[in-house]
Amino acid sequence: MNDPILEMRGVSKSFFGIKALRAVDLTVYPGEVHALMGENGAGKSTLMKILSGAYRPDPGGEIRIEGKPVRIEGPLGGRAAGISIIYQELSLAPNLSVAENIYLGREMSRSGLLARGAMREGVGPILQRLGADFLPSTLVAHLSMGQRQLVEIARALHARSKILIMDEPTTALSAGESERLFALIRQLRAEGLAIIYISHRMDEVYALGDRVTVLRDGRLVGSLDKQDIRADSIVRMMVGRDVSSFYKKDHDPNAGKGHPVLTAVDMADGRRVRGCSLTVHAGEVVGLAGLIGAGRTELAHLIIGAAPKISGRLELEGQPIDIRTPGEALEAGIAYLTEDRKALGLFLDMSCLENINLAVLGRDARLGWFLDRDKARERADRAFAGLSIRAANVGVPAGGLSGGNQQKLLLSRLLAIAPKVLILDEPTRGVDVGAKSEIYSIIDNLAKVGTAILVISSDLPEIIGICDRVIVMRSGAIAGEVIRGPTSPLTQEDIMALATGMEHLDA
Amino acid sequence: MPDNAASKAQPAPTMTNGGAAEAKRQRVRVLISALGMLPVLLILCIGFHFLSDGRFFTGQNLGIVLQQAAVNTVLAAGMTFVILTGGIDLSVGSILAASAMAGLTISKLPDLGALWLPVAVLTGLGFGVVNGALIALLRLPPFIVTLGSLTAVRGLARLLGADTTVFNPSIPYAFIGNGSLTLVPGVASIPWLSVIALLVIFVSWLVLRRTVLGVHIYAVGGNESAARLAGIKVWGVLIFVYGVSGLLAGLGGAMQAARLYAANGLQLGQSYELDAITAVILGGTSFVGGIGSIWGTLIGALIIAVLSNGLILVGVSDIWQYVIKGLVIIGAVALDRYRLQGSART
Repeated sequence: MNDPILEMRGVSKSFFGIKALRAVDLTVYPGEVHALMGENGAGKSTLMKILSGAYRPDPGGEIRIEGKPVRIEGPLGGRAAGISIIYQELSLAPNLSVAENIYLGREMSRSGLLARGAMREGVGPILQRLGADFLPSTLVAHLSMGQRQLVEIARALHARSKILIMDEPTTALSAGESERLFALIRQLRAEGLAIIYISHRMDEVYALGDRVTVLRDGRLVGSLDKQDIRADSIVRMMVGRDVSSFYKKDHDPNAGKGHPVLTAVDMADGRRVRGCSLTVHAGEVVGLAGLIGAGRTELAHLIIGAAPKISGRLELEGQPIDIRTPGEALEAGIAYLTEDRKALGLFLDMSCLENINLAVLGRDARLGWFLDRDKARERADRAFAGLSIRAANVGVPAGGLSGGNQQKLLLSRLLAIAPKVLILDEPTRGVDVGAKSEIYSIIDNLAKVGTAILVISSDLPEIIGICDRVIVMRSGAIAGEVIRGPTSPLTQEDIMALATGMEHLDA
Repeated sequence: MPDNAASKAQPAPTMTNGGAAEAKRQRVRVLISALGMLPVLLILCIGFHFLSDGRFFTGQNLGIVLQQAAVNTVLAAGMTFVILTGGIDLSVGSILAASAMAGLTISKLPDLGALWLPVAVLTGLGFGVVNGALIALLRLPPFIVTLGSLTAVRGLARLLGADTTVFNPSIPYAFIGNGSLTLVPGVASIPWLSVIALLVIFVSWLVLRRTVLGVHIYAVGGNESAARLAGIKVWGVLIFVYGVSGLLAGLGGAMQAARLYAANGLQLGQSYELDAITAVILGGTSFVGGIGSIWGTLIGALIIAVLSNGLILVGVSDIWQYVIKGLVIIGAVALDRYRLQGSART
C-alpha cells in the first residue's frame, strides 16, 4: 500500500477537564473511503473539528499530512492543510450563486471589481467532472439537497483538498440522490482522494467503506478492513456489548384485532396527499413506508391537524372526531413524534423537565394556571428512569443532550399524555445504536399495553424488525399493504416494489 | 427489558463525568445569567458615589433614582414578555401618551373622574390587543405592526387632547405619582411609583415562572413551530404578550399623568420604547426570544436610571450624557456577550 496521506497519533482533546478524545490514532490512505463510526458522543465530531481547525488538540499528539507534521489552526487551517469537511447542515449561502459559493472567501476580482464571469468559467470544469446538471450561475436556493451537496464537493475539489470528510451526507437525501452521491464518492476515490465518511447507517458503510474505524467514549476501539466489515462486529465495537435482540418485538400483533383505534378515511390536502385511508388497531405497530416525498409526513400532519385538509374524516375508537389543530389531537389522545426534533420538536434552551411536561402543564396545573412543580419534577424523574434518559439532571437544557437522549426526551413528552394513538415519524433518525434498541423496546412495550402505533420510517430493516404490517405510500396515495404472515415474513423487496411502483415483482 | 438493563449498567465513565461537569457548568451559567448585570449596576453606584463626593448613597437620592426608574421598569416588564416570544413592541411610548391623555380627559369629568385610572390602563390594553391580533392572526411581522402603531397611536394621542396639553391639578389618586409609602415613620419611605414598579416585576415573575402561560411564552420564543405542534395556542400567547405590553404602557401613562398632573399627546413618552428595549437587553434577555428573566430587566432599568442620575450628580453636561449612556449600553452588552461566550454550549 502507498504512503498514508493523514496520520494522527495520540491525539487527545479535553473540555474543562473532560476527555472528549483520548489518544486516538487514525491513518488514512489516498484513494480509500474510510468510514468512521461510533455512537453519538463517541468523539467523531470532536475528531473532525480538530481536523478542520475548529478545535485545537491537547498538546502531546501529532498530526501528519503526507508525512509532514502539521498544526491545523483556525477555521481556514483545515482547508490550508488540504482537508475539506462537508457538514450535515450544509454551509452554503442560499442567496448566492453556485460559482459565488464555490469561490466564497477567495473571490476573484479584476481591478477591485468582482469577476463574476471568470468565476463562472473557473468552476465549469469541476462541475462537469462531477456530472452536475445545473449551471454555475444558478442560485443555490433553487437547488435540491443532493445538488447542494455536489456544490460542497465542488468547493472542496476547487480548494485542491486531498482529504474530504463527509458527516452523515445522506441524512437529507432521497434514495436516488444517495445513489448518485455514492457513485460520485467512488469516482473521487478512484481519482485518489481520501474520504473520511461518517455515518450511522450500516448499509452505506457496507457499500462504500474500504476500512472502518470505530470510536467509543473518545477512545479508538479498532479498525476493520473491508473483508472483515460485518454488522454484528461493528455494533459490538460501537456499543461494547452484544446486541442480541436489536429489534424488539414481543407484543401480540393480534391482541387488538377487531378493535380499531384510529381510522382515517380519504385524507387529502390537495397537494402532497391524495385520498389516503388507513386503520390502526389497538396494540398494533403499523409501518408507513415509502420513498422520500411520498407524502408520509404530510399524511401524519393531516391526521393531527397540523396542516389543513380538503377532504377526509377521522374516527377514534369508532367515534367520528374532528381535529383541526395539534392541540386538539393531543387532547383526543393522538400524539405525533416529529421527524425533525430540533426544528419542530424540542425547545433546546429549555430544561429537560420543561420539555417533558410541556404537553400536560395545563392538565397538571393548580387552579388551572399555576405550575405544579412537584408533579412536573416527579414526571420528569419517572421519564428519566423509565426511558433511561441520560443527562446530568432534569434541569439541564435539552440542547446539551445527545441525539438519542433528545429523542427519548421528546418521546416522554408524548407518553406523558398517555396517548391512544402514537404516530412516530422517523423515530430513530440520527440516533445511536444503543438508543435505537432502547426506543424499539419502548415501542414494543407501548404496543403491549394497547397503544395503536404508526411508525413512519425510511429505514426498511427497522420497519421490518418492529412492525406487524406495513402500509406503503407512493406519490401521495396508498400503494398497498404488506402483511406479515405466520410463514411469510415482511421483506424489503415487497415494500420497495410497492414504493417504487413495480408491483409486478410482488408475487 | 434486558437491553435496557444492560445499557443502564453500562453508562460510560466519560458520560457520567461529562454529565456532572456539564451540570456544574450549567449551574455556573445559571448563576452568571442570574447575576447578569448586577455587578455592573453595583460598580456604577459605587463609582458615582465617590465621583460625586458621597452624594449618591443618600436616602433622598436613592428615592429619586427609584422614582425615575419606575415608569421605564413598568414598560420594560411588558417589553420583556414581548421580546421573550421573539417579538418587539415599538409602540409603548405612543400607547403611554394616548393612555395618559385618555385618563386625564376622563379625570376632568365631574362624576366619572375617579375612573380615569382604569380607563388609562384599559386604553393601553386595547391598543396592545390590537397589536397582538394583527401579529398573531394576520401573521404580520411585529416590527412592522408596532412601527405602524408607534405613529398611528401617537396621532390618536394628539387627537385626544385636540393637540394641546391637558391639565388637571386635582386629579384623583395623585398620591401614586408623588406620594411615598412610609415604611418606618420618619426614617424610610418608598415612592408609590416604585412600589407599583416592583409589584409589576413581581407579578411578571409569577406569570413567567410559575404559570403554564409563562412556560408557553418561553416555548413560543424558543421554537414557535415546535410550540404549535406541541398543541400550544401560539396566537393566544402572542395576543397575551402584546396585550400585557399595552396594558403596562397604559399603567405607565397613568403613573406619568399622576406625577405630572398633565399630559401632552405630542411630547409625552417620546422614545420611551428605546429605554424599555435597552433595559430588557441590558437585562440579558435574548433578542431572538426564549431566554431571559424579569429580574434582569429590573436591573437593566435600574442601570439606566442610575446612569442618568449619576451623570447629573457628577455634573456631566446634558449632551455628554447621551454619548456616555449610549457607550455604556454597547459596552455592557459586549461584556455580556463576552461572558456568555466562555460558557457556550459545545
